[in-house]
Amino acid sequence: MRRFSPINVTAVALGLAFLYLPIAIMVIYSFNASRLVTVWGGWSLQWYAALWHDEAIRDAAWASLRIGVLSATLATVLGTLAALALTRMGRFRGRMLFSGMVYAPLVMPEVITGLSLLLLFVALDLSRGVWTVTLAHTTLTMCFVTVVVQSRLVSFDRSLEEAAMDLGCPPWKTFLTVTLPLIAPAIAAGWMLAFSLSLDDLVIASFTTGPGATTLPIRIYSQVRLGVKPEINAICTILITIVALATITTSLVVKRDAARRERAALGAQL
Amino acid sequence: MVLAPYLWLVLFFLVPFILVLRISLSQVALAQPPYLPVFDWSAGWQGLRETLAGLSFENYELLGSDAIYLFSYLKSLQVAAVSTLILLAIGFPMAYGMARAPRRWQPVLLMLVILPFWTSFLIRVYAWINILQREGLLNDALRALGLIDQPLAWLATDTAIYIGVVYSYLPFMVLPLYAVLEKMDDTLLEAAADLGCPRGRAFWLVTVPLAVPGIMAGSLLCFIPVMGEFVIPDLLGGSGTMMIGQTLWLEFFSNKDWPVASALAVVLLALLVVPILSYERLQQRTLEGDR
Repeated sequence: MRRFSPINVTAVALGLAFLYLPIAIMVIYSFNASRLVTVWGGWSLQWYAALWHDEAIRDAAWASLRIGVLSATLATVLGTLAALALTRMGRFRGRMLFSGMVYAPLVMPEVITGLSLLLLFVALDLSRGVWTVTLAHTTLTMCFVTVVVQSRLVSFDRSLEEAAMDLGCPPWKTFLTVTLPLIAPAIAAGWMLAFSLSLDDLVIASFTTGPGATTLPIRIYSQVRLGVKPEINAICTILITIVALATITTSLVVKRDAARRERAALGAQL
Repeated sequence: MVLAPYLWLVLFFLVPFILVLRISLSQVALAQPPYLPVFDWSAGWQGLRETLAGLSFENYELLGSDAIYLFSYLKSLQVAAVSTLILLAIGFPMAYGMARAPRRWQPVLLMLVILPFWTSFLIRVYAWINILQREGLLNDALRALGLIDQPLAWLATDTAIYIGVVYSYLPFMVLPLYAVLEKMDDTLLEAAADLGCPRGRAFWLVTVPLAVPGIMAGSLLCFIPVMGEFVIPDLLGGSGTMMIGQTLWLEFFSNKDWPVASALAVVLLALLVVPILSYERLQQRTLEGDR
């Protein structure tokens, strides 16, 4: 039977408390009126106002946003293609190498990926900036997209595609009208994941960036090294809110989609 | 279909590693780029031969002769191994509790574990500075409880590194464990109980062996990246022995010694080859079926 037993509830509750308490504390202290980060001085929005006037933070946020959208979009296209190749193409020449290259970046320590990409950009004599960070983030995040889309494709009912083709639908049209809509939620989730990973990355961006392309994590990091500041609490709270809203929206979309599919399947049975 | 991602990964993943290997055999130089010899495309074969002749193993000899590097690798190994064990000890009960929860609760619980995983790593590490600093909330809480008189130093210690690593990587451990435990067939435990097996024994004889793929996946997902971790030890750790990610960062950004940084990366990669390949086998098995 699946039910709450006291030990299990305790384990889950303690685990979740451990995950959320530090973040909750930081969010609360971002509204602290006191300049001293450890003393509570009442509620205030002043650090959010200070952020608004901080040009360096605004520039960094803008750079991060551009890199995030660009690299997530590129990564989604490449990652989806890679997922289709791995699930649909069976054995092909160099498959071992390909799947090896797809899964390795998921666990590869970031210092290694960052350093190696920088050496490539130097060897190619590319001027470093927004573009090189975008290329680097695309490489990292496309692998996450692949895994997300791939797990959807593995549980995919191929008979739907076969039915369309039996009825004379050409392969490209089958792909566009049957396959793509069915894996669309996974693709959307993949994009979101790629975007938030790009928005989050410090190490790879530090290696591959150049003058004039300071991303938000690089900016936050340089501030954090100087000590805890209430403004940092505020910017972190904003970022967390954005990511949390996006994550919840994506999962609701995926859930609604699953519910619709279930209803459709039920309708077919009746 | 496969061509675009294939070429992309060859250019941006495989070729860069070859470059790291090649530059780890070069010497540092006050030039742009800061290493010698530089391969000159226009010189063709002759240039390639000259470049190859200029390579040497000096950097690796340096890594072997200076204890600082050896200690860095050992420290990384220690932090990665110990935190993986702590993560298993915390993550397993949590994943087990989630998998045993009523069905309709599970999506919510899953969401609650995934959410921090999508939240910035840097921010989550930073959140702990608030808590662990000398005048921070942990010391306040402990003093309020009467457990300590004087504030303890938490920040800049190994304890802080372990807290940061366990905190940041917990979702990576819980999710694969949950995935296998959730699929587990309850009737197996009922069968064990019917045959007179006490529940504690059934846990070790039935549940744990069935969870092995999840234990492996979770441990590898934590152990491998923690070995090269930079942000956590840099922000929470002390000035004592550095982890290898920090040493590499220092050689690259402060000392501008790209060849030594490359050599450090090559050795780190060599240490991780076996775990990375086992992780890949596991991924291929779960996502592609056994081919």
